[in-house]
Amino acid sequence: MSTDSYINRPNRPLQVYALIFLIVLYLPILFLPLFSFNDSIYVRFPMQGFTVQWYYDLMARSAVWAALMNSVKVGVAVSIVSTVLGIFAAKAITRYRFFGKEPIVIFIMLPLVVPLIIFGVALLVLFAQLLGVPLSLYTVAFGHLILCIPFSTAVLMPRFEGFDPAIEEASADLGENAWWTFWRVTFPMILPGVVASLLLCFTVSFDEFIMAFFLTGTDATLPMYIWGQLRFPQQFPSVLALSSLVIIGSFIIVLLGLWINRDADMTKTKAGTDA
Amino acid sequence: MSDDSYISIQNVQKYFGSFCAIENISMDIAHGEFFSLLGASGCGKTTLLRMLAGFESPTKGEIFIDNQPMSDVPPHYRPVNMVFQSYAIFPHLNVHDNIAYGLRKRKLPKAKVTEMVDEMLNLISLPDYGNRKANELSGGQRQRIALARALILRPKVLLLDEPLGALDKQLREQMQLELRQLQRTVGITFVFVTHDQEEAMTLSDRIAVMADGEVMQLDTPIGLYERPVNRKVASFIGTMNFFDGVVADEAGETLKIEAQGLGPITAPANPSNKAGFYKGDKVQVAIRPEKLVLSAQKPDAAFAASGRVQNMAYLGERSHYLIEMDGLDKHVAVSSQNLVPGASLFEMGSDVWINWQSDAVVVLERN
Repeated sequence: MSTDSYINRPNRPLQVYALIFLIVLYLPILFLPLFSFNDSIYVRFPMQGFTVQWYYDLMARSAVWAALMNSVKVGVAVSIVSTVLGIFAAKAITRYRFFGKEPIVIFIMLPLVVPLIIFGVALLVLFAQLLGVPLSLYTVAFGHLILCIPFSTAVLMPRFEGFDPAIEEASADLGENAWWTFWRVTFPMILPGVVASLLLCFTVSFDEFIMAFFLTGTDATLPMYIWGQLRFPQQFPSVLALSSLVIIGSFIIVLLGLWINRDADMTKTKAGTDA
Repeated sequence: MSDDSYISIQNVQKYFGSFCAIENISMDIAHGEFFSLLGASGCGKTTLLRMLAGFESPTKGEIFIDNQPMSDVPPHYRPVNMVFQSYAIFPHLNVHDNIAYGLRKRKLPKAKVTEMVDEMLNLISLPDYGNRKANELSGGQRQRIALARALILRPKVLLLDEPLGALDKQLREQMQLELRQLQRTVGITFVFVTHDQEEAMTLSDRIAVMADGEVMQLDTPIGLYERPVNRKVASFIGTMNFFDGVVADEAGETLKIEAQGLGPITAPANPSNKAGFYKGDKVQVAIRPEKLVLSAQKPDAAFAASGRVQNMAYLGERSHYLIEMDGLDKHVAVSSQNLVPGASLFEMGSDVWINWQSDAVVVLERN
């Protein structure tokens, strides 16, 4: 920063703090890819040599691919349904005044703070005991949906807040009904939020374990599969390799989502500033 | 409903919960008229405009446009288009697509649409702007795009919600002239909402002055200025001097009034004030500052009074004076044109006479 005003002055202790913070946060995760290239089934120093054998092992196992496909199926379905519901919720919350709005917003956001194990047990009781629904990928998807809707709503709300309601009125005034107004005006304007919501929900569902633990039937999702493999020490390096791939994949998707949604506050119609 | 009324607002009321936004309004607007709704913010003028557009529905009453009742007609079927205060330009579309937005349903060939858009761009003097993005436009340009976007659909009525409010003074004055010119060119009925009395006077054929959800006076700009019906209208449009008075005698078209600070005066019975005044009525006498003439010597005029210059402001083409008068606790404002360089300037503290014509006086109810 060339301007060293009081507020912009570099602060050495804070920079060091930030560095330590990031190291503590990410160092443990970096051990996974590190040891996934270690030529030994034991995770311990000193490392034994470089190998990509565990990645080859992984490719050869059909159960991994089946679990991956299960997770992708659940993730795609959950992200689409959650985003659609999130659009409704975000629009209602930002555009309309209605009775009981505050409690409803709190209820929508509640899954973010309620321990997932409670939701997992509750849904298990509901499905298995009360409704007699067999556990399957559908029940997993339902659980993930509860978890993802708050994320969708939270990502989409700033998009709706970011544009002037008069823009939708203008569309109606120019002869378009609600359906066409949505597709010609509202949807293009919230599109970055929609993409971000899809990506975020997909990663949340893809990585989710606790709900899946309670609600999975015979088809395991990827985290369930990894959990299962931990019982076998000789499989552990493969799990490390798989985890490394999942971490990289998640990273890419999240960064993509943030990048697409980077101008969330800049689509505001700037009537006050330049008009 | 009169025969030439194009928009007819009949006994319209609007409540938001228990808050009354529109008291009970009836008015007719003629075809091709430039009609303004004028009032301070919160007077109900925007609510009335939004009811014409269909964004709000009246709690009671009915609005007719071209003889069709509008109650059950949603905004997207109404033969009206609106220019929004914030312009509401679609930010994800370029200028061409913004202007052509409303044409989708007409299923015109692409070449025809382009031709119509180009015609509009010429009308608003922004040719070759079709490919510009919405965020590359200045405030004045956005305002014109919003106009073109509405006018391309050839609405029966164009509604304008303070469209010049966000522009700076110079651009505003230029746009006022252009807007008036445009309205004459296209011949569409304009309903214009503003809080700026000068703007309303400049543009309108007729103005409805609103306050607290009611229309106080509906008249031409001249009528509003020369024959205001009450003190609110009189002080909202321009400046006005008020004097308390009592009717001493009524004689047909003329009232004899004993006015505080002015002495016995005569005034025409205000024709736009339906309730006549009778002997003994307490009234208010109102005189515009520019109708008062200053002189150093006692003038040879039927009505005159003396005072001292308490304050003076020289504004170039005219000077504003505040005159202190015996028996009055308020100062009298006088605005006099500076016709001869330096000749009519009265020093502060100097004794002056004011005189006026009988027909300059407006008599209002005292409240």
